[in-house]
Amino acid sequence: MTGNLLINVENMGIQFGGLKAVQGVNMYLNQGELVGLIGPNGAGKTTSFNMLTGVYTPTEGTITFNGLKLNGLAPYQVTQKGISRTFQNIRLFKELSVLDNVKVANHSLAKHSMWASIFRLPMHFKGEAEMEQQSIEFLKIFGLDVYKDELAKNLPYGMQRRLEIARALAANPKLLLLDEPAAGMNPQETHDLMELIAFIRKEFGLTILLIEHDMSLVMGICERIYVLDHGQLIADGTPEEIRNNPKVIEAYLGEEVIG
Amino acid sequence: MKKSKVFWGYAVIALVIYAVVQLLITTEVIDLYYKNMLITMCINIMLAVSLHIVIGVTGQFSIGHAGFLAVGAYVSAIITTKLMLPFPLAILLGAAAAAVAGLIVGIPTLRLKGDYLAIATLGFAEIIRIIFLNTDYVGGAAGMQVKYLSNWTYAFFGVVLTILVISNFTNSRHGRACISIREDEIAADAMGINTTYYKVVAFAIGSFFAGLAGAIFAHNFYIIQPTTFGFLKSFDILIYVVLGGLGSLSGSVIAAIFLTVVSTYLANFPETRMIIYSLVLIIVMLYRPTGLMGTKEITQLFKFGKKGGTK
Amino acid sequence: MEWIQQLVNGISLGSIYALIALGYTMVYGIIKLINFAHGDVFMIGSFIGFYAIAKWELGFFPALLLAMLVCAIFGVLIERIAYKRLRNATRIAALITAIGVSLLIEYTTIFFRGAQPAAYPEVFKNKSLDIFGVQISSTSILILSVAVVLMILLQFIVHKTKIGKAMRAVSHDADAARLMGINVDNTISATFAIGSALAGAAGVIFGVYYTKIDPLMGVIPGVKAFIAAVLGGIGIIPGAMVGGMLLGVVESLVSALGFSLWRDAAAFVILILILIFRPSGIFGKNAREKV
Repeated sequence: MTGNLLINVENMGIQFGGLKAVQGVNMYLNQGELVGLIGPNGAGKTTSFNMLTGVYTPTEGTITFNGLKLNGLAPYQVTQKGISRTFQNIRLFKELSVLDNVKVANHSLAKHSMWASIFRLPMHFKGEAEMEQQSIEFLKIFGLDVYKDELAKNLPYGMQRRLEIARALAANPKLLLLDEPAAGMNPQETHDLMELIAFIRKEFGLTILLIEHDMSLVMGICERIYVLDHGQLIADGTPEEIRNNPKVIEAYLGEEVIG
Repeated sequence: MKKSKVFWGYAVIALVIYAVVQLLITTEVIDLYYKNMLITMCINIMLAVSLHIVIGVTGQFSIGHAGFLAVGAYVSAIITTKLMLPFPLAILLGAAAAAVAGLIVGIPTLRLKGDYLAIATLGFAEIIRIIFLNTDYVGGAAGMQVKYLSNWTYAFFGVVLTILVISNFTNSRHGRACISIREDEIAADAMGINTTYYKVVAFAIGSFFAGLAGAIFAHNFYIIQPTTFGFLKSFDILIYVVLGGLGSLSGSVIAAIFLTVVSTYLANFPETRMIIYSLVLIIVMLYRPTGLMGTKEITQLFKFGKKGGTK
Repeated sequence: MEWIQQLVNGISLGSIYALIALGYTMVYGIIKLINFAHGDVFMIGSFIGFYAIAKWELGFFPALLLAMLVCAIFGVLIERIAYKRLRNATRIAALITAIGVSLLIEYTTIFFRGAQPAAYPEVFKNKSLDIFGVQISSTSILILSVAVVLMILLQFIVHKTKIGKAMRAVSHDADAARLMGINVDNTISATFAIGSALAGAAGVIFGVYYTKIDPLMGVIPGVKAFIAAVLGGIGIIPGAMVGGMLLGVVESLVSALGFSLWRDAAAFVILILILIFRPSGIFGKNAREKV
């Protein structure tokens, strides 16, 4: 393995009642990599994301991030340790403005306390001003600063997806998990998304794990790919290797695996 | 800074209102009937705003707010009438006790969602009421006589403090954290917000000010009884927040003022009052679930203090 | 022997709670709504029974049937007028509306007939039967029998009739049921009708057993019956029966142990404990929110 190991997943699995939704998953990501996680519907991809981010606690296996064991941490703690995510069905804060959505992600990076805010002490004004400035600068990177006061629910779909990614990045992660970011996008939008992902990876020095069904996106930008089926890893390797892997083709039987 | 100009503007308005009304009371232009209505209005505003931070801001559906009102009322009454200590201390301790009650209720129940949280809060409020009902030290079912110590000054500054603290909290990163919980708790968690902490904090703040209102309430009506603090009282407070708009502080204030007036005029017709209240709830939910103000504040309507376009 | 008497009291009370709890659990199972107004349907049933027996001199069973019929219709009306529009609204909106409907029923009743209680006339000559050395009132046996018959009838409807099958289908997955050709709206109305009829029956039974009724009598029993439904597992019909019985017995025991002032609190303490330690109830399963 070259590069620094950022996250190591060993034998991760989870059981709901009698059902093993995911089992025996072994994954790793090195710093700076862009890795894909694919598989048919119901394979356990989002469940795996949920385990990586603390929404579910794995019933077996360990997740080690930067030398720290993540098992059992609450989602907000995982985020504060440096992993952030987007959701399959966009989960923006609808009644908050674009700017406020990003400010929420910035929350744990600010320092002014509740008491400072209640009594309007100088710390509060300083902290709020910093958050405001940082968030606006951040939005500029994504071209969303013009819409900063618009309510999130009023944005067109493509922009909502972009905001979702921007918000996840505002939490200052080292590892970003993207859950089907291209869902519902046409080829042009998908192309723009690919550029965005390449750009943020470079700009923020990110490591990215990506769930996607759109094979042109996956094959186009991922350096390595893991394939899940029925909760287990059936293959992993480079896009070339995966494309020609008979097990993978069989799992997707009936679906087009295009390059 | 433009923000401090806005603040001092409000402060001046508040002082003017206070002084004018105080003058009218002292010169007896406003008689006891209207003075009572004004103090009741202040109490109801405090209750509405304190519930607003729990339901409107943080999205936690608590319908047992009367329980905290009761704690504030009884504890403050014990301090002044049994322990013969000064009123300001009683107010502080009453509010603090209510906040503690809020923590005790909140910590186990705030992990529940929606309907279940609602019923659990209702259940806790009833338990609190039944405890007071069965405690002879505070008079049991017959209730407890309380010294008459409330006046316009305490009531008004209670309201100002409540609105100020809750407004300041809401317009900060902490308030935003609470709103994010309301909007999407799972996403808030994923963005690094300690949702349990903030839900409990909002609950404790809400209970504190309900307790504050309780202290003023207890010392205004000569006697407090457990029957006052049942479901109906919790629903009364809920109606202020629902009518005003779930998410609007100024909406809660306006609704509380409006319904206090309605209530005072219908004091002799309690059934009519309840029928009107229940129709308000139903009609608002069916036809205008966002209430009077939705999630907007009255300041947004007037663009007061927003000259120059800074936010 | 005091204990056995209290146990009998507990089971009688429990069967009343069970009948009301069934309505809560069926409605929650099918549209995920806590019908706060359900306790008031219980009250209306009680009053219908009162007028039928005291004013129109009907017998117990005709009065029971009349109350059940009126309550069934009443329940459907409430659903159509107030709840139908809110099927896709937030849970909070529906709950607030239900609270509004509850208050409306209570205070309209008071508006028209005053808040004073009414007393059921004696319907059955109450004989004290000696069973295994224990004195049990014949009224207890009778109302318990009526309750059990109704519950058996309900089980029959739910498991052996077409409408029952439709009810079960809609509670599992309303969209799938609709695609299968089930008229979801009518099924929901039927659920309300049956649940309300049972609550109405409970009202008459309550009146016969406890004699005193008043317009606000539905509030506390209503909430307790809901707690019973949660205890048994909300949405699960046998759960409501078991939960109701259990709650009635616990309350009677609390009373028997000398803490009668705290008997109301018993239900709320049970609720808190259930919600914290086993929110799915005795018969329930865990349901996770999909992230």
